[in-house]
Amino acid sequence: MFDFLEGYDLLGAFWVTVKLTLLSAVGSLIWGTVLAAMRVGPVPLMRGFGTAYVNIVRNIPLTVIILFASLGLNQTLNVTLGGGDDFDVINFRLAVLGLIVYTSAFVCEAIRSGINTVPVGQAEAARAIGLNFFQVLRLVVLPQAFRSVIGPLANVLIALTKNTTVAAAIGVAEAATLMKEMIENEAQLILISAVFAFGFVVLTLPVGLVLGWVSKKVAVKR
Amino acid sequence: MTKVSVAKVDSAPTDELVVLKSVNKHFGALHVLQDIDLTIGRGEVVVVIGPSGSGKSTLCRTINRLETIDSGTITIDGKPLPQEGKELARLRADVGMVFQSFNLFAHKTVLENVMLGQVKVRKTDKKTAAEKARSLLDRVGVGTQADKYPAQLSGGQQQRVAIARALAMGPKVMLFDEPTSALDPEMINEVLEVMQQLAREGMTMVVVTHEMGFARSAANRVVFMADGRIVEQATPDQFFSNPRSDRAKDFLSKILHH
Repeated sequence: MFDFLEGYDLLGAFWVTVKLTLLSAVGSLIWGTVLAAMRVGPVPLMRGFGTAYVNIVRNIPLTVIILFASLGLNQTLNVTLGGGDDFDVINFRLAVLGLIVYTSAFVCEAIRSGINTVPVGQAEAARAIGLNFFQVLRLVVLPQAFRSVIGPLANVLIALTKNTTVAAAIGVAEAATLMKEMIENEAQLILISAVFAFGFVVLTLPVGLVLGWVSKKVAVKR
Repeated sequence: MTKVSVAKVDSAPTDELVVLKSVNKHFGALHVLQDIDLTIGRGEVVVVIGPSGSGKSTLCRTINRLETIDSGTITIDGKPLPQEGKELARLRADVGMVFQSFNLFAHKTVLENVMLGQVKVRKTDKKTAAEKARSLLDRVGVGTQADKYPAQLSGGQQQRVAIARALAMGPKVMLFDEPTSALDPEMINEVLEVMQQLAREGMTMVVVTHEMGFARSAANRVVFMADGRIVEQATPDQFFSNPRSDRAKDFLSKILHH
């Protein structure tokens, strides 16, 4: 029944999906946190930048961002991200860049909503003992904010996992690219879709469950 | 409203630690602080009382610039209050603050709460900071709770930890913003006792409170505020037995008659 899978590197393709997801997740967590810090910071210019970034980026389709990375950055501006002549490497890195640019807008908003759940007195007390803005954020506000947004961040991570399929648009050899190839070559369309759907559920279901458990575990008691 | 200007009532300390000069602040249309002049001497305990909305909490919070002011000057130990930034952070470390709602860092243990400022602001090494934290926690009577989280403590215990956290910075002056107002009645005394002890040890204190008993027993001076102004300043004895302004008489008649 599953003969059609022969000759295809299914695991390899999903491994690329996993790599895209993990690298983009780490990148967008960092950049998203920086953006959130800008949005709550005291400097109007940074606040403006953070707000503009989020509102522009989250309203552009991911496909457009990924295509821009390839057509705009790479083919027009010759950005290779250190990939040399290897188009597989370059496209993979461009896809990660695009996913980070896009996902960080959502991470930023999740974290910002988390920051809003931290009572203002926490930051006041931190300032009152002489901590500066970054220390207040890093030592007192963000640790509490992160704990309250693990659930929403899990949602972002699941969305990101599925969004990696957009990288197929610029030829990254991840799961969706392989699925397209198989659909062209094989007859079992429904089975092929089912296999890939199953693959993504296997990736994302545990993420939701584990992070849901972590979220309860680290919740700040008030 | 008559503004009673009072020559400095207090006899002993002449060394001026906190000086506010014609401080004004608005919250939108509300003129919450109106031409406030107040001098607090080193070692002095000043209790600020007055009806709700009189601006006393705001006054307290302007001293470490948790509230900005619109005009006037505030100096602490001869230095004007700096703008936002490194200088301000350094100054805040010298001004201890205790809040009505405790504001202990909810994700840190009691010990970590008292260590944080020492380690991150004063750059004390962790071992020394922990020792100092433990001895301060002992001093305020919550030494056995050091490894618990704030949410596991009673309000009175949390507030005493908050006092220890402020003391850990070695402040020049301590600000208390209604420190007992959020407490259950049976916990008020344990906090007041710690404050009494601090006052006896010579700590400079500005205390916004509704605890008239504390004002009587621990204050060098009572500052009475109403409608954004300092209406009257006097020693506790003078103020409670013989208030001069009508506003203060009215206020006292409402709170002391039962």
